[in-house]
This record gives sequence, structure tokens and C-alpha cells, in this order.
Amino acid sequence: MLAVEILGFEKTYAAGFWRKKRKVGLRPLHLDVNQGEVFGFLGPNGAGKTTTLKLLMGLISPTAGSARIFGRHWREPQVRSRIGFLPEQPYFYDHLTPIELLNYYGALSGMSRDDLRARIPKLLERVGLADQGTVQLRKFSKGMLQRVGIAQAVIHDPELVFLDEPMSGLDPLGRREVREFIESLNAEGKTVFFSTHILSDAEALCDRVAVMNKGELRGVGVVAELVSQKSGRVEIVWQGKDAIPAVQALHAECHVAGETVRASIPESQLYAALDALRRQQARLIAVNPVGGSLENYFLQKLGVPAEAEQ
Amino acid sequence: MTRRVAAIAFNTFREAVRDRVLYNLIFFALLLVAMAPLLGQISIGVQRVLLVNLSLSAISVFGTIISIFLGISLVSKEIEKRTLYPVLSRPVGRGEFIVGKYFGLSGTLFVNTVAMSLGFYIALFIMSGRLGRADANVLLGIYFILLQFLVIIGLALLFSSFSTPIMSALFALAMFVAGSFAGDLRAFAAMTHGPGKWMALATSYVIPNLASLNVMTRVAHDQFIPASLVLYNTLYAICYSAATIAAALLLFSRRDLK
Ligand SMILES: Nc1ncnc2c1ncn2[C@@H]1O[C@H](COP(=O)(O)OP(=O)(O)O)[C@@H](O)[C@H]1O
Ligand SMILES: [Mg+2]
Repeated sequence: MLAVEILGFEKTYAAGFWRKKRKVGLRPLHLDVNQGEVFGFLGPNGAGKTTTLKLLMGLISPTAGSARIFGRHWREPQVRSRIGFLPEQPYFYDHLTPIELLNYYGALSGMSRDDLRARIPKLLERVGLADQGTVQLRKFSKGMLQRVGIAQAVIHDPELVFLDEPMSGLDPLGRREVREFIESLNAEGKTVFFSTHILSDAEALCDRVAVMNKGELRGVGVVAELVSQKSGRVEIVWQGKDAIPAVQALHAECHVAGETVRASIPESQLYAALDALRRQQARLIAVNPVGGSLENYFLQKLGVPAEAEQ
Repeated sequence: MTRRVAAIAFNTFREAVRDRVLYNLIFFALLLVAMAPLLGQISIGVQRVLLVNLSLSAISVFGTIISIFLGISLVSKEIEKRTLYPVLSRPVGRGEFIVGKYFGLSGTLFVNTVAMSLGFYIALFIMSGRLGRADANVLLGIYFILLQFLVIIGLALLFSSFSTPIMSALFALAMFVAGSFAGDLRAFAAMTHGPGKWMALATSYVIPNLASLNVMTRVAHDQFIPASLVLYNTLYAICYSAATIAAALLLFSRRDLK
């Protein structure tokens, strides 16, 4: 079954002082998310990721289009109690402690007092806030707030979790913890839909990704297929200050950086290139196959030539 | 439904308490203490009139200020700080949120007013050595002040649901001032003719009729308050705040969150 079906969501914002100008936030978007998968919603800033999530959460109304969640109208209250949401750069009532906040949100999600009493300590433990349960949120750092944000998103044990940029602004350790949390949700059979502009996180976590740009869906791909794609090229790296003409003659694209030279050549020319290097007595550093990567796919879908990035 | 409204109301109350709103009670107590030497100078009968008048005025002024200043940011602050996102993404209707906010602030003012009234009665007991039937009559004056808060909170909530706190503050203050002269406006409508009459009449129904909720001087002089006025004022406050809540919901339910 499909967890989410977005049926032509469209959003035009009114902008400017008189709210007369129109600004496109999202062009008609059609997208399906399968139950049980981790889905990455990729795109640079301003791509329309947050707009899509706010539409799904019923925080803003679509200019056109609708959506289904678990096969039902997306704004039905029964649907709301089965999903969790972490907003971008979340902010919470800073007069509350994490325990009070989770009790409040749990009650709003229809949980009983007994359920909350049993669940909150376990959840705080799981997000690493076991010792801060009774500290007011105004004393929390950004990283700690993000943990609270994740805890509130899953307090009612939802089957489907939406996370808007869950790793942005975190240090490497915090990012890894969020990654592990998403993995553990997935292991429990939950569906996770998260937006990000950090490609390595998406590559490590996602079953499928969608690439957005300027309010438009540019492509949807299965990560395992994108990464295993063969390019038919290899990269040779050796020590030196100049490209070797004999290698360049083999349809190579050479880049010199300091003391090393990188050359990307067709796979069929690998041994010819190695012979040329031996003749020059150059010191070989590495030979790597050039595979498809999420980054290449992303840049290709954005319309940026991959080489221009290097 | 009721549990979610209650949770939102309680959170609103708790926020007000933790933001030290109840500290105004200290000022009220200081005011009563400061009045003591003043009252010692004058005769017993005038003493009581003065104490009732001053205390009820203070209860009304303190409460009105709290109602307006907390009321105007009830909704807009939650939109501005984006604390609404994790609330409205749950099975919480926008109507439940508005109603919960209204009850939360009303509850805050109820607690605040009860505490002030206790202080007032303690002062009255210390002054006259006993409490009589006439003193119970003052409760009616306090009840009307509470009704006045309900109306003001409704108005502030309405402004807060579509406007910035500063604009809402101006609107609410203007309505408060106009409402205090609502009676004059109605008298004016009765005297004039033509379109001016209808405009004055229409305006007098839109602005809150706070004048008729003010019986401070009458209870201070122990004048009789007819049951019909109690009934009329109660119904008026309920209908007026229900209308403001409905209007707030209408505006808020279509609104895109920032
Ligand atoms: N409230 C708003 N008013 C006007 N324009 C907006 C508003 N919110 C977003 N936008 C515009 O819509 C586009 C998409 O924004 P957003 O969904 O926040 O992108 P992302 O989350 O992918 O960075 C951007 O061009 C942004 O400027
Ligand atoms: Mg965003």
C-alpha cells in the first residue's frame, strides 16, 4: 500500500507589501511514497521542500491539488494521529520541560496518561535526554532542541514520520545520531519521509529519493540503482606536477592539483595509460572505478554538468 | 475534543503563570497596604466606599491590562514563533486551538481576580472588623468585572488571529475606550435621524458595551442591582465573546501559517 500519494499539490504565495505579487512555491507535484520505505526529498534551498511538507501537515492550504495518506484524505483527524512531524529548525514553548512538552503533545495526539507515563522516560533515553527531562527548554542548545523535536515527532508511535531537514545545523556526531534514529525507525517498519540538501545522508539512508528544484519535481530514483550504475570510466591518480601527454592522448580529462594529477579515462584505455606512466616512472597513487553516485544524479537532474563541480 | 481543548487551555494558563503574570498580585497587595494610612484619616462610612471603589478599580485595571496584553499575542505569538506547527500537525482542529486559548487566558484572569478579591475582603475585614450582607453585594461588582474580561479577551483574541501584536494592541485599546462610552453612543443614536442614526446604532452594537458592566460605584454605595441586569449582562458577555471567538475562528481557519 502507498503511505503518501501527492495528487498535484500546487502552491502560489502572495508576496510583496500589498500581497499582489505572486510567488511560485510549488508547481503541480505528483509523488508516491511506499509504506515502509525511507524516502529522501532532495533539493537546494528554495526548491519547495518545506512548502510540500507544510501542505501535507495542513499548515498551509494548497492553491490546487490534494493528497492521500494511508489511502485517506490527508487532512482527516484519524490520519493525523498516525503521522509524526519534525518542523525545520523547530522551536518549542520554552517555559516547558521536555517531560511537560511530551505530555502536552501526547495528550493532543490522544494518548492516555498511563501510556505517556510509560513511554516518555524510554523515549528521552532513546534521544539521549534522559538527564535533561526536567530542565526548561529555554536552556537548551540547538542540538538538544533537535532531539526534543525528534522525540515529539514520535511520542505517539506514528507509522509515518515526516522530518524537515533533520540533520541541518547539527555537528557530525549529532548527524550520525539522527541517521541512526531514522535507521531504527525503519527497522521498526515505519515509513520515513525526510527532506535534506545533504546528499551523503540521503545516500546512506534512503531507499528512494526525489529531486526538487525551483518548485518542480525533477526526478525520482532508487538509490541502489543510481549508485551501482556503471560509467565505463576509471580514474587514475599519480604524483606529479603536469599532465603526461601520452595519457592525455587516451581521451583523458586531467586535473592537476598541487603534487597530484587525476585523470579520468575510458576503462578500455586503462592498461595503455598505466604503461605510459611506467615509461615516465611516475609514482602511481590510486586507480578507482568511476561509479554512478547520488551526487551525479542530483546534479544531472538540476541541470548542472557534473564535471563543472570539481 | 474536550481533552485537547483542556490541554491547550492548561498550557496557556501555565505559560502565563511561568511568565510571572501573577506578580501583579504583589502590586495589588502593596496598593491595599498603601491605602491603609489614607483610610485612617476619614470617617467609617466614607472609608468603606473608598476602599470598595479603589479596590474594584484596581482589579478592573490590572485585569484589563493583562487581558489585552496577553490576549493580543495569544495566537500571533504561536504563529510567529512557529510553536503552532507541532500542535496543528496533530489531530487538533483550529477551532479547538482558538477555544483552548480563550479558556486558558480566561482561567488565568479568573484565578488572578479571585486572589485579588480575597485580598480585598481581608482588607475590608481588617478595616471594619466584620463582613455583612452589603459586602456580599460587592461580589456582584466583581462578577461583572469578570464578564468584562471575557469580552475583552474575546476581542483581543479576534485581533490576534489576523494581526500583529502592536496593531492588535491599538485595536483592543481603541475598542476598550469606545466600549466605555457605548452607552453615550446609543443615546446619540436614539436622538438622531437618517443614516447617522443607523451608523451610530450599528457601531454601538459592534463595540463592546463595557459601560453597562461597570457597577463599581453602585456596589460601593450598596445600591440594589436588579436581577434582570445580572441576567442581561451575563447573556451579553456570553454572546459577545462567542461572536468574537467565531469571527476569530473564521479568520484563522483560512490562514496560512508563516
Ligand atoms: N510564506 C511565503 N511567502 C512567500 N514565498 C514563500 C513563502 N514560503 C516559501 N516561499 C517561497 O517558496 C519557495 C520554496 O520555498 P521552501 O518550500 O521553503 O523551499 P525549501 O524548503 O526547499 O528550501 C521559495 O522560493 C520561497 O522563497
Ligand atoms: Mg526548507
